[in-house]
Amino acid sequence: MSRIGQTFTALKAQNKKALIPFITAGDPGKGLTVPLMHALVESGADIIELGVPFSDPMADGPVIQRASERALANKVGLKDVLAMVAEFRKSNTTTPVVLMGYANPVEHMGYEAFARAASTAGVDGVLTVDIPPEESAGVADVFKAHGLDPIFLLSPTTPESRIEQVAAVAGGFIYYVSLKGVTGAANLDTEEVAQKLAMVRKHCSLPVGVGFGIRDGATAEAVARIADAVVVGSRIVGEIEAAPEGECAIRVKHLLADLRRGVDAASK
Amino acid sequence: MKLTDLPDSRGHFGPYGGIFVAETLMAALDELRVEYDRARQDPAFMAEFEYELKHYVGRPSPVYHAKRLSEQYGGAQIYLKREDLNHTGAHKINNTIGQALLARRMGKKRVIAETGAGQHGVASATVAARYGMECVVYMGAEDVARQAPNVFRMKLLGATVVPVSSGSKTLKDALNEAMRDWVTNVESTFYILGTAAGPHPYPMLVRDFQCVIGRECIQQMPELTGRQPDAVVACVGGGSNAIGVFHPYIPYEDVRLIGVEAGGSGIGSGKHAAPLTAGTPGVLHGFRSYLMQDENGQIIETHSVSAGLDYPGVGPEHSYLKDAGRAEYVAIDDDEALAAFHDLCRLEGIIPALESSHAVAHAKKLAPTMRKDQTILVNLSGRGDKDINTVAKVAGITL
Repeated sequence: MSRIGQTFTALKAQNKKALIPFITAGDPGKGLTVPLMHALVESGADIIELGVPFSDPMADGPVIQRASERALANKVGLKDVLAMVAEFRKSNTTTPVVLMGYANPVEHMGYEAFARAASTAGVDGVLTVDIPPEESAGVADVFKAHGLDPIFLLSPTTPESRIEQVAAVAGGFIYYVSLKGVTGAANLDTEEVAQKLAMVRKHCSLPVGVGFGIRDGATAEAVARIADAVVVGSRIVGEIEAAPEGECAIRVKHLLADLRRGVDAASK
Repeated sequence: MKLTDLPDSRGHFGPYGGIFVAETLMAALDELRVEYDRARQDPAFMAEFEYELKHYVGRPSPVYHAKRLSEQYGGAQIYLKREDLNHTGAHKINNTIGQALLARRMGKKRVIAETGAGQHGVASATVAARYGMECVVYMGAEDVARQAPNVFRMKLLGATVVPVSSGSKTLKDALNEAMRDWVTNVESTFYILGTAAGPHPYPMLVRDFQCVIGRECIQQMPELTGRQPDAVVACVGGGSNAIGVFHPYIPYEDVRLIGVEAGGSGIGSGKHAAPLTAGTPGVLHGFRSYLMQDENGQIIETHSVSAGLDYPGVGPEHSYLKDAGRAEYVAIDDDEALAAFHDLCRLEGIIPALESSHAVAHAKKLAPTMRKDQTILVNLSGRGDKDINTVAKVAGITL
């Protein structure tokens, strides 16, 4: 079983839900990402989603776009991101790391070469936002062959007929995008999400994480009541952007502790 | 499989094209594919499209023998397909009418568009006014500054123009922002994509709507010269005017098809917008094609005097035609395009778009290598009124 699978099994045994924070690799500085990853784990992260910067982040809102631009200004590319994961693994061999990004940097490296390098670095899952199952032939199977879970998105607009198609190729967990729109959008309707999740679970046995629209302990708690994992991105990246120099890890730890309390309150 | 049978059912032109978008857009693209498939088999839809092209756009556009230009260039006879004479001044309107009719058929009351030079934005604002739809146009902040007359035109037509300040502030960033809008408002909104690129079915449907250009040429050239041209030359940014004239000519194997990319300050300088000439395949904006990218797979900034060609990718069918050897692709730099712009102004009384001037500039190189009884058909995709400020600035003149 993959590190992601083990994490969900262990949490389930404790009747707990997973908290999955997202940060963009290389933001705010090249040397700050690995310490930030450790800080996330110390304050309650179960899995880390690490954003691979891309010049044209079509599915992201302004907050993560700016993080991507800062990381690119720091000259952080896919190879640097893999080096960061390898560095993180020197002192953490248990927390799963999922890379999240766009197809082109991976395609440019070559899917096979990337999968080999990512696996060696200690990456556990890969979510390429703009590769739907229809285009994943020769991608998902290559990832799986190297022990990487191919993670796919489902959205409010996904019809029931497609859920099965996604479930057939997906690994690790399903990432349910709770809102139409780009990352960082507001207004989450948990009742609507709950209905959709019931449909997802009919066709898919993987754990389901929910992201988009989670901003604090209260929204994290509401989502943790209906999902297996709570994914938080823009809120954390926004905190990093707003933090004065040197205070970014502390600010992120405070935020994460609040989110953790929310997630844990749901299982009481 | 024949070259004319592409794309396949999932939008692939060989290894190019496809659907590379986030899950949220998959259902909308599927809906569009199904609806377009019905529409193109619906005689009433096609009849209305043709009626609009004739009575609203003013088609067919003429083919004109540019005798003084041919004489000056000293070789083959140059014929111009006058897309600049269309309503709104460019070929873009052919596509926006087709897509607006589709939007109406699908019950969408709001349309969005991206624009570079502003021609597609104007053409979208025009059809939105014509069919009574709300229109929002995304335009790179840098393009807003260098294409002020078109920005004002769009506003006159009732559209909202949103300047995009992310990334390189040009066409590619406008496209990103339009996609983000579409993801957010997918149920109420139709995205009028301006070129034969993007996720399937866009490259196919834009091509189909633009093919009227090539079909008319196939009729018009024999009327003028007794036969088809020896070469067809068109500028390529995203590539919609070029695919519109090339595609119907694909089965005419004796006709050379030549696409002209923006060479900017020269291919060697790295400051250009010529992915087919100097790029490598990759994935951007929902499809696989040749791209301008760095060693990390990041998209690099493009440079061209012409805003409409300032794009790091190219429609997937062009990538396929290049690899298949059916079309050739060359680059023309800013100076060569500007020289051709002035040639056409002075010798023929036609002010061409800077985009189209790239095609004229290649004809200038090609004509002397050919006999005087041979013919080159240049797709003059748009008129140049929008570019007079740019041309003046290059010449150091303040208007």
